[in-house]
Amino acid sequence: MRPRVSEVKKAATRDGLGQGLLELGRSRQDVFVLAGDLAESTRAHLFQREFPERFLNMGIAEQDMLGTAVGLSLAGKIPFVCSFTVFVCGRGYDQIRISVCYNNQNVKIVGSHSGITVGSDGATAQALEDIAMMRVLPNMTVLVPADAIEARKATVAAAGVPGPVFLRLGRAAVPTITAEDDPFEVGQARVLRPGRDVTLVACGIMVNEALHAAQLLADDGVDAGVINVHTIKPLDVATLVQEVQATGAVVTAEEHQVHGGLGSAVAEVVTRHCPCYIDMVAVQGVFGESGEADELREKYGLTYQHIREKALGLLKKKSARR
Amino acid sequence: MLEAAGAGHSGGSLSEVELLISLYYYKLRHDPQDPDWEGRDKFILSKGHACPGLYTVLAHRGFFPKEELFTFRKLGSRLQGHAYLGVPGVEASTGSLGQGLSIANGLALAARADGRDTRVYCLMGDGELDEGQVWEAAMTTGFRRLDTLCGIVDRNHIQQDSFTEEIKDLEPLGQKWAACGWHVIDVDGHDVAALMEALDAAERVKGKPTMLIAHTIKGKGVSFMENQAEWHGKAPNKQELEQALAELDEAYRHEAQGV
Repeated sequence: MRPRVSEVKKAATRDGLGQGLLELGRSRQDVFVLAGDLAESTRAHLFQREFPERFLNMGIAEQDMLGTAVGLSLAGKIPFVCSFTVFVCGRGYDQIRISVCYNNQNVKIVGSHSGITVGSDGATAQALEDIAMMRVLPNMTVLVPADAIEARKATVAAAGVPGPVFLRLGRAAVPTITAEDDPFEVGQARVLRPGRDVTLVACGIMVNEALHAAQLLADDGVDAGVINVHTIKPLDVATLVQEVQATGAVVTAEEHQVHGGLGSAVAEVVTRHCPCYIDMVAVQGVFGESGEADELREKYGLTYQHIREKALGLLKKKSARR
Repeated sequence: MLEAAGAGHSGGSLSEVELLISLYYYKLRHDPQDPDWEGRDKFILSKGHACPGLYTVLAHRGFFPKEELFTFRKLGSRLQGHAYLGVPGVEASTGSLGQGLSIANGLALAARADGRDTRVYCLMGDGELDEGQVWEAAMTTGFRRLDTLCGIVDRNHIQQDSFTEEIKDLEPLGQKWAACGWHVIDVDGHDVAALMEALDAAERVKGKPTMLIAHTIKGKGVSFMENQAEWHGKAPNKQELEQALAELDEAYRHEAQGV
């Protein structure tokens, strides 16, 4: 087997959060961090150590934690609310909808453990619905960084975005595929490689898989483009349409249910602006289970091989049509 | 205004009138001409459905023109069916019950961090206390000793479907708040002088938050609304409105003569 696109360095996106919060703590006095009895797991403890006066451990009480953050925001602070994705999004959904989003407050919601790669904790802790839940809310910005470096940049950028932001991070160490000096701008998708035959649109840890799939597809004689959509909302429609118009075929890839996530967001755009062949690599409407992160990605269809197969399938349809 | 809207929550808006008056005409530091004045105290109406009472007091205090009250619940109006941040003087949009005290805690924590002496008040309904978030927040206020925060429960004993005792009994209510670290004061929620005294007493309590359990009558002052659960979420029709206003007018005159 050929080596991975990037075997260089591995780190979890939650580690990027820890660094980003430290950076923010040092550069601005208005940033507060709230944790729900998961300070170390979310990496919020790094901020706690350096800025204890601006850190609040709110206990296992996500609803109260979100409301408290809204109060802080109403008084001019920028609170980051850190917990596992299932808890902060799931337990606190109505608080996010009304207290945070309807009030359009500057609350940054961080889900540190997203997707199936949460691993052995099993289905209860594996958030696979959160992108759908968060992107449907008015005023909400949704960020899904691809690696630890991008997660640090997204954390810092979130503080500068007016209004609510959801930052979707992961527990597992994943290859670092972006560089320190790569640009990161909220709402601006990054075309990692242009393509003529098919466009692979990915977010989070699936960006690395998409890059790997593109390499394999090149061996198959297929020119696949790769876009890193780190901002699911607002979606970078212009970049998507430009790339997809060139290929007429899209495969989306996300560590999320097939319903309502990145795939749905991309489908909403292409059906309106550039109808084309589309397929989605995602969890197919089932709960996960306990296991190692990589085993789970394999079993639930979230690897570069799955992306490659879907891409080849679309190309077959495309050529049959001609 | 509820009659004009054809909908709204009459009962809880009447039971809270004296509470709001004692806050907005006595206790709260505020400036209707400058609703965002930094030195103001903060008031959160956690029971956002009872906004007709709040909107009325704010309008009479001069935050916005009284005529605007008749746009309540109408398309394009700032006066949304539940308390709305876009209304001058309203500190947060609320309406999903149980969320206000957490917001009030956040305001108090921010003031503490900034070294401000802002006082924060949060009015809750008693039915609302069924919500679990209230008790998450109650523990936070108590644990963090937010003595700049004063909670008020509009204890009218009625929620949407029936009496609080029949749905999910809240008693012993004072002991519950005390167990969460609060100083508790029971007060007649229709006696403005007693309320003023209780609010002053709350401010003198140091090291813990204070909860005023304001004993009230739902639909206070209108004979056919008083203690009737059906008037929780209902607006009067024209005829009912005339009778209600006549009764309130009569009671006002009676009191004015008596004093």
